[in-house]
Amino acid sequence: MVNKIVVGAHYGLKDWLGQRITAAFMAAYTVIFAVLLAGQPDLNYETWRAFMSGGFMRFLTFLFILSLTFHAWVGVRDIWMDYVKPTGLRLALHVLTLLALVGYTGWAVSILWRL
Amino acid sequence: MTTRTMQFRIYRYDPDKDDKPYLQDISVEVDATDRKLLDAMVKLKAKDDTIAFRRSCREGVCGSDALNINGRNGLACLTDLKDLPEPVVLRPLPGLPIIRDLIVDMTQFFKQYHSIKPYLINNDPPPETERLQTPEEREELNGVYECILCACCSTACPSFWWNPDKYVGPAGLLQAYRFIADTRDQATSERLDNLEDPYRLFRCHSIMNCVDACPKGLNPMRAIGKIKDAMVRRAV
Repeated sequence: MVNKIVVGAHYGLKDWLGQRITAAFMAAYTVIFAVLLAGQPDLNYETWRAFMSGGFMRFLTFLFILSLTFHAWVGVRDIWMDYVKPTGLRLALHVLTLLALVGYTGWAVSILWRL
Repeated sequence: MTTRTMQFRIYRYDPDKDDKPYLQDISVEVDATDRKLLDAMVKLKAKDDTIAFRRSCREGVCGSDALNINGRNGLACLTDLKDLPEPVVLRPLPGLPIIRDLIVDMTQFFKQYHSIKPYLINNDPPPETERLQTPEEREELNGVYECILCACCSTACPSFWWNPDKYVGPAGLLQAYRFIADTRDQATSERLDNLEDPYRLFRCHSIMNCVDACPKGLNPMRAIGKIKDAMVRRAV
């Protein structure tokens, strides 16, 4: 096994498709967000807070946060896969990326429910 | 007959003699009958016979004279001399090990090509006549089977530069689709299994360098997209 190239981990399609779907969702969210925000009578902290803490926006924003997490995971992992060759170092970077993303996700969700 | 002098700057490296590669400035007289870059290169070779490059059919069929011409990959025999800004900078195809001057070691490229099993797999006994296809089924192979394996596309692809040992590359994937799309082939599922990996197929990020580079006007990126489509259809 010294120099043998090993390939065939069967998760390529799932990640690629997931990244496409989350991208489409985030694009749609951005449009919905912009349209609804533009429809607010006057923009101050209180109206923004009421807007973001409504059930509909909270539901969509929660999905947006999850989408961003998955999308960023595949994207950043691809960068490590392209440029970082030693397996140990790459695994360490994958783990750090995952930990950071999970932490950010929890943080973002807690902010969302505090509004 | 009118002649003109063309300036060339050629990548030179002979590992037996040179410590490191260098660019050689050289000029050559071309006349009206010299229409393609390869014509001028043959004259260059007559002037300085130490310059090494591959060539064979001189008509865009064998794929052996693929080079990096003024920064773009292409075939010397299909590149018009009159369109080339001077000095014409000739380098070997990027990303592959250099054997000498403009000659690269294509071992890795062909290893990836062989890994997709570039032949028809059909275990039925051969029929009396040909294995037939409808015109529509045959149409699907147009724009796919014409690849001459010159490696212009794969060596223009950053994903292939970074992972030539794991990523099949546009040329190999175009050929993979050629057999996935072939209705006479019975190994479609195995072929998709062989590519369903984060490296082998999914290193393609659709930047279209392959489409830009292909001297035969083929579209490997579209074929890669169709392989992904086939995987999605199989999975959902």
